Amino acid sequence: MSEQLISVNDVSKSYGGVHANVDITMSVAKGSITGIIGPNGCGKTTLFNSIVGYHPIDKGSIKFENAEISKLRVGDIARLGMLRTFQQTRIYGKMNCVDNMQISVSHRSSSKTSIFASRKGEIKDRAESLLEFVGLYSKRNLISGDLSFGQQKLLEFAMALMNEPKVLLLDEPTAGINPTLINGLIDRLRRANEELGITLCVIEHNMRVIMNLASKIYCLSNGKMLASGTPSDLQNDQRVIDAYLGGS
Amino acid sequence: MIARNDAYIYGALGILGILGPIFFPNYTLSIAYLWMMVLMASTWDTLGGQTGYNSLGNITFFGVGMYISAIVQVSFFYEGGVGEYTSAMGSIKPVFTESQYFIGLGLGILAAGVVSVLMALVFSSFMFGLRGPYFAIGSLGLAIATAEITITINYVGGASGISMPLFPGDIEFRSTFFYILCFVFAVAAHFLLRWLYSTQFGLAINAIRDDEDKAEAMGIPTLKYKRIGWTIAAFFMGCIGAVAGNMAGFIDKEVAYPIPTFGIFMVAMVLLGGKGTLWGPVLGAILFHVIKETTWTYLLNLQWVALGLILIVNIVYFQQGIMGWLQSKYPESFGIAIDASREGANVKSGETI
Repeated sequence: MSEQLISVNDVSKSYGGVHANVDITMSVAKGSITGIIGPNGCGKTTLFNSIVGYHPIDKGSIKFENAEISKLRVGDIARLGMLRTFQQTRIYGKMNCVDNMQISVSHRSSSKTSIFASRKGEIKDRAESLLEFVGLYSKRNLISGDLSFGQQKLLEFAMALMNEPKVLLLDEPTAGINPTLINGLIDRLRRANEELGITLCVIEHNMRVIMNLASKIYCLSNGKMLASGTPSDLQNDQRVIDAYLGGS
Repeated sequence: MIARNDAYIYGALGILGILGPIFFPNYTLSIAYLWMMVLMASTWDTLGGQTGYNSLGNITFFGVGMYISAIVQVSFFYEGGVGEYTSAMGSIKPVFTESQYFIGLGLGILAAGVVSVLMALVFSSFMFGLRGPYFAIGSLGLAIATAEITITINYVGGASGISMPLFPGDIEFRSTFFYILCFVFAVAAHFLLRWLYSTQFGLAINAIRDDEDKAEAMGIPTLKYKRIGWTIAAFFMGCIGAVAGNMAGFIDKEVAYPIPTFGIFMVAMVLLGGKGTLWGPVLGAILFHVIKETTWTYLLNLQWVALGLILIVNIVYFQQGIMGWLQSKYPESFGIAIDASREGANVKSGETI
């Protein structure tokens, strides 16, 4: 088995009386595309939030590149090279697309002078080529808040790539995207994984997408880990089918 | 196009700045206060407009700068020390030679800037945990608390204030000298900010304004950026406070911490001109100052009513201020691209969504 980039061990998180995550154990292999599925409210986004440091966890351990990160804050974890996108897309709505891209440069090795670096030159070129990669080049000078929801989602994805993360956690990347374009998005996710070498961990409801994309899938239900395995394992797992179709 | 417009504006302001006091010598100090207000508005906007942290406490640094400068100027050349000088309540009037006075003033302004920076660094370590209205009120609390603490310190004259050292020269030279200081500081602050906003720093603080949690999630060290922004404002506010104290000649709590006037004016000026823009604060400060001086002259007793009315119209009808309103009306002139294809039918099919 290849090296594990993210290892989640026995993690629990409750909100008051609601047990959003109970004893979750999972891992994301370096260079892989890992999927997380489960019915609404099963704790997928909570798990993401725990991993990226959005809230403290109640128990368990989360390791990134074999270092414990469960006590770190969001910004520190992001600077280690782990980024997430949001289910409700979040971009800087008053700036244009190129500015959105340029501000997303990595802060992992930022020196004192890079704070005051000019916005022209290499950074801008890279911003524009990544916008081209996601198909937003023609919209690059528009105010990003004026873009459609789907375009904003693509922009958020491009911003994440601009940051050159080691691993990218995507929360429902295809939700709200025009069905004819989902194939294009899958293709881009795969290319980001293969060509840019970014490990992906994807929450997804669209079974066609996740079965095509991921090499390993975890299925959550009611805050617990229900099953895990390859796409075909899960497709034939009665527990997963029941959880999704509301069986007993 | 923008570049050419800017050149015209700089030309006009430069002419006003240089020829104003020559042709209208009676208004020299009034124009000096104009530049001071331009500086206050511009540096307020760094945090308030560009970063989205509405500080009501920037005036703190103005007052601190004023007092620090007074301490330095007196202690540097008066042998009895600051305590003896202030406890005499102005009856001691040491005569400074020209070089003593100007060196003392220079050091005083520098110390004012440095101490303000240090204070901003300390304040920012706990103030930036607050957001939105909590930051605004918290920073106002800082200003009020600093003002109250200042008058309990007998070393700097307590509630009875300090008389500043006398200016070694006639009254016209005095006006011109302080005028030049105000003008130079305003110009320096403007060009520093202009450059800053053109760098990655400018983008980062705008990102914090638009969505701070997202910025944090993208790894932007938000505290560092907010801290730099506030520190720059503090530096200039401290320096200009030192200048203002010497212009006033006598400083006490009211002069040093004018919270209900300059403290609020600097916010009002930015809102009038358009926050989050380079020129908005400049335009707002000039308009505000002209309106203020006019109403103080021709509508005496009603000046606050007039000012209040203008603020209400501004907030109700032009929330984005003049520059913001112009930008939304003529976006192309500001280099903002508009998607023509979205005007009519929505999105065309194809790879670009």
